[in-house]
Amino acid sequence: MELFANQVLAGIATGAIYACMALAVVMIYQAIDHLNFAQGEMAMFSTFVSWQLMQWGVPYWGAFVLTVAFSFAAGIVIERLLFKPLAKAPILTNVAGFIALYAIINSVAGLIWDFTIKQYPTPFGSSPFLGSQLISTHQAGMIGITLLMLLLLFFFFRFTRVGLAMRAAASLPESARLVGINTSWMIALGWGMASAIGSIAGMMIAPVVFLEPNMMLGVLIYGFAAAVLGGLSSPFGAVMGGFLVGIFENLVGTYIPGVGNELKLPIALALIIVVLVVKPAGLFGRAIVKRV
Amino acid sequence: MTAMLNVKDLRAYYGQVQALHGLSFSLNEGSLTTLLGANGAGKTTTLRAICNMVRSTGAIEFEGKPIGTRSTENVVRLGIAHVPQGRGTFTNMTVEENLQLGAISRPDKKAIGSDIERMYDHFPVLKQRYTQQAGTLSGGEQQMLAVARALMLRPRLMLLDEPSFGLAPLIVRDLFRILGKINREEKVTILVVEQNAQLALELADQAYVIETGRIVMSGNAKDIANNEDVRKSYLGY
Repeated sequence: MELFANQVLAGIATGAIYACMALAVVMIYQAIDHLNFAQGEMAMFSTFVSWQLMQWGVPYWGAFVLTVAFSFAAGIVIERLLFKPLAKAPILTNVAGFIALYAIINSVAGLIWDFTIKQYPTPFGSSPFLGSQLISTHQAGMIGITLLMLLLLFFFFRFTRVGLAMRAAASLPESARLVGINTSWMIALGWGMASAIGSIAGMMIAPVVFLEPNMMLGVLIYGFAAAVLGGLSSPFGAVMGGFLVGIFENLVGTYIPGVGNELKLPIALALIIVVLVVKPAGLFGRAIVKRV
Repeated sequence: MTAMLNVKDLRAYYGQVQALHGLSFSLNEGSLTTLLGANGAGKTTTLRAICNMVRSTGAIEFEGKPIGTRSTENVVRLGIAHVPQGRGTFTNMTVEENLQLGAISRPDKKAIGSDIERMYDHFPVLKQRYTQQAGTLSGGEQQMLAVARALMLRPRLMLLDEPSFGLAPLIVRDLFRILGKINREEKVTILVVEQNAQLALELADQAYVIETGRIVMSGNAKDIANNEDVRKSYLGY
């Protein structure tokens, strides 16, 4: 029983990484109705920017705030320059754009900061959390930050006019324009927010996986999986999905014989597929009811 | 009476296909006008052209200002509410959120709460369902919601695209009664596009008949309703 509890705890700790990234994935999905494959790389680049600021002597939280602001602006700029012109293009054109952006950001980051692995600091320390060897204070802090972001997003979408307008623009652009919403700017705002959330995810993840241009490669896949598992329409679902993927992965590795580190992820992902076959909208996603 | 909306020589295109061939008409302030015609005559296109949702040429003036080059959202912000064909309901949001969205471009946030209450007075059925996902409403209820959402803008002009479509006759009567009331009591100028000519002519004071993208008849609604020839050749009843 203690083994089980410990493995769940360790799963939550890894799951926090996925949850953090899944939140950024859901954010962009809310804004543009599809996924951005370059999101992980955008987050990685932001993390490098914060690292660079710290190298220049900016204290951690100062660099954190500057990076979030920079990422927000950069997200809007990317949308205005690249994806606004593609707004009416077929979805695959956009996907090609995402992939190009992915490769460009990855290479540019390598060019500026090279591909060697760098240490990245944590503001929460890395001692055992509440005496547990399985979860560090950094991981606990990361869980806290993720839940805080979730709470803020919830309030933003549920109780603010801009949040409501963003949801409207994402679900029915034409109707949104007919109530006077500038849908084009709502999309840009969504990019800015997704980019800002991604930068926070990157800065939280970097102390665990270390900083290098390919750090987000795996994380983004788990982030997608987590978001889809929880339900792409629900930030809460995405975070829960993240934790669940982490827990699944750990339990499968512990209890199913012959499953080492190599196989635990495929099995966890297979479980996700099973869940989605049964509940296509995801565990917490709202299936859209239509009546004609 | 002054013309609130003036449309001159309106031509609209879907790709290479021309849908409107030089349409001209005007709406008097406070009037309730209906635009009649068969399927494919260009009724919906006319409404969409006013809100710049389709490529068009010609002059469209609202309260003396040309609006032809404004984006859809900026046309709406002038006080032109458009209830589109198919209602445009935000089906995955609640009834109340749909109403909130109707007022989202308004600067006077304080009056929104009381306006929502006013909509519940007009459409009591919406009050019973305000926390419900709008997609679960029946067709008639969704049409009521679409009209209420448009009114939340406090529009000067309301455009309605076939509000009777797919609704039971009793519900249509109810809806039209409310539209008449809104026109009289709230001084909203209304342009309603309809296939149900008989009912629309009872409601309206002005009427235009449109055929293949051209106005073929205009005048007092009663005169058109009483004109046997017009009824037979254009309105089919």
